[in-house]
Amino acid sequence: MTHFVVVGAGQAGASLVARLRAKGFEGRITLVGDEDAPPYQRPPLSKGYLLGEISRERLFLRPERFYGEQKIDLLTGRKVTAIDTSVRSLTLAGPDGAEESLSYDALALTTGSRPRHLPAAIGGALKGVHVVRTLADVDAMAPEFAEGRRALIVGGGYIGLEAAAVACKLGVAVTVVEMGERILQRVAAPETSERFRQLHAAHGVDLREGVGLERLTEGEADAGDGRGDGRVHAAQLTDGSTLEVDFVIVGVGILPETELAEAAGLAVEDGIRVDALGRSSAPDVWAAGDCANFPLGEGRLRLESVQNAIDQAEAVADNMMGAETPYVPRPWFWSDQYDAKLQIAGLNTGYDRVVVRAAPEAAEDLSAPVSYWYFRGDTLLAVDAINDPRSYMVGKRLIEAGRSPEPAQVARHDLPVKELLG
Amino acid sequence: MAKITYIEHNGTEHVVEVANGMTVMEGARDNSIPGIEADCGGACACSTCHVYVHPDWVDRLPGKDSMEEDMLDFAYEPDTQRSRLTCQLKVTDALDGLVVQLPEKQI
Ligand SMILES: Cc1cc2nc3c(=O)[nH]c(=O)nc-3n(C[C@H](O)[C@H](O)[C@H](O)COP(=O)(O)OP(=O)(O)OC[C@H]3O[C@@H](n4cnc5c(N)ncnc54)[C@H](O)[C@@H]3O)c2cc1C
Ligand code: FES
Repeated sequence: MTHFVVVGAGQAGASLVARLRAKGFEGRITLVGDEDAPPYQRPPLSKGYLLGEISRERLFLRPERFYGEQKIDLLTGRKVTAIDTSVRSLTLAGPDGAEESLSYDALALTTGSRPRHLPAAIGGALKGVHVVRTLADVDAMAPEFAEGRRALIVGGGYIGLEAAAVACKLGVAVTVVEMGERILQRVAAPETSERFRQLHAAHGVDLREGVGLERLTEGEADAGDGRGDGRVHAAQLTDGSTLEVDFVIVGVGILPETELAEAAGLAVEDGIRVDALGRSSAPDVWAAGDCANFPLGEGRLRLESVQNAIDQAEAVADNMMGAETPYVPRPWFWSDQYDAKLQIAGLNTGYDRVVVRAAPEAAEDLSAPVSYWYFRGDTLLAVDAINDPRSYMVGKRLIEAGRSPEPAQVARHDLPVKELLG
Repeated sequence: MAKITYIEHNGTEHVVEVANGMTVMEGARDNSIPGIEADCGGACACSTCHVYVHPDWVDRLPGKDSMEEDMLDFAYEPDTQRSRLTCQLKVTDALDGLVVQLPEKQI
């Protein structure tokens, strides 16, 4: 029987195997993941789950019994340590360290990405220093989020800012340092950064932009012999100041998880290099999700989002079954911070101007709807909408249809946004 | 606990028990009912968990907030009365007997 193996049991892996069955694939399917939990959603890890509003089981993308019902062999807690593409086989390490081999007819890599850590030399390995990627990471840090404690968040990207918002809600005193000129610098326009800056300031977050972390230092052990206690105690910042902290969240970006692919000799270039169908450089080896670098137009792209994980994985599933459908992303993303919901449609790369759509009261009222429309010349590229689902949905429709509204019309807040659809 | 009937677009009915505190979307997901995609996992960010509530139930459900209302406006063939986003519908005993119909497709 034809055997498809999927390595990496996350958002993309789960979508891929479900799609294979939904499209009538009758062969054998094995989904291997090195985490203990069945595939689950990551977005709530820095939102509702961290806040304690959602239980663990509610994060699961499918109930555990789904895999059995669909005759999908789900192997959790098992890491794939090697692939031999010449004989189509891979090596699995079990929890007890025992190795096992598994042969495949076609293989899909949905290995996701891993967070960058701070180097141990500057205190990155001290206790109380956390990253936010897995359930295990968040379970380990959750007890730190107690009223009256002091947190330092390193990195003002979406994950760092979401963690800051949760910490604030739980009564933690929060400082955020962002080495770049402004928060969200890598992903959003100055206008969007400014809105979130105001929002965090209004909640009492000490936000320091253009300031990096020099090093983290540990506390003194009880013995009093001058030795450290191994736990983070203070942070020295690049502006010369020192901050006492109880714990640190590091949100300084992620790297595609390509180690396995690289060792197997696959072409890797900021992610596993795939063609428009999702094929890697090795025969019958495919890739999708955070770990895959795919062609788009003249260039190449790697996306880190739920949208991409689902849609690319589904395209790859179809193509593994012979569909030959190129993957063209229709990007969307969201972020929840306090009561602000940011929804993003499109990709803003290459924009040369931003048109603001906001009612006059939005200047004072941070909960009022506002949206930022990214253009290159006359072409609409992306929309960041904050508490403004209508602008988000209209922008999304226009971008997906390849249509661009008149920028002057976009700015007219007195005009219902739906009229931009024409 | 509420007994909820999900009717697929092709007429297939699924009757399941959903625990209080879960959402109507999660009830479909956890029982592998096709037709509710819920791409964003309940964040009210994707509108792919859209259903038509049975007419008898329209007035018995808690109202929509403006976020849900606005997202629904752009769902696939929304109905001003009957359309709801299931990720925004919390299950309570009061929902026992709820009947929802799934649209032909999600967006
Ligand atoms: C805290 C957080 C918040 C986020 N918020 C949002 C959001 O609001 N909106 C949004 O669109 N996106 C968000 N994202 C991004 C989104 O979750 C990811 O883009 C998505 O999970 C990518 O799916 P994936 O399947 O490619 O990777 P993953 O979900 O990371 O899954 C990959 C899996 O493969 C496993 N694996 C790797 N190597 C091996 C191996 N050799 N053997 C076995 N298993 C292996 C990994 O352990 C992991 O379980 C967020 C991410 C995080 C971490
Ligand atoms: S699940 Fe995305 S809007 Fe309901």
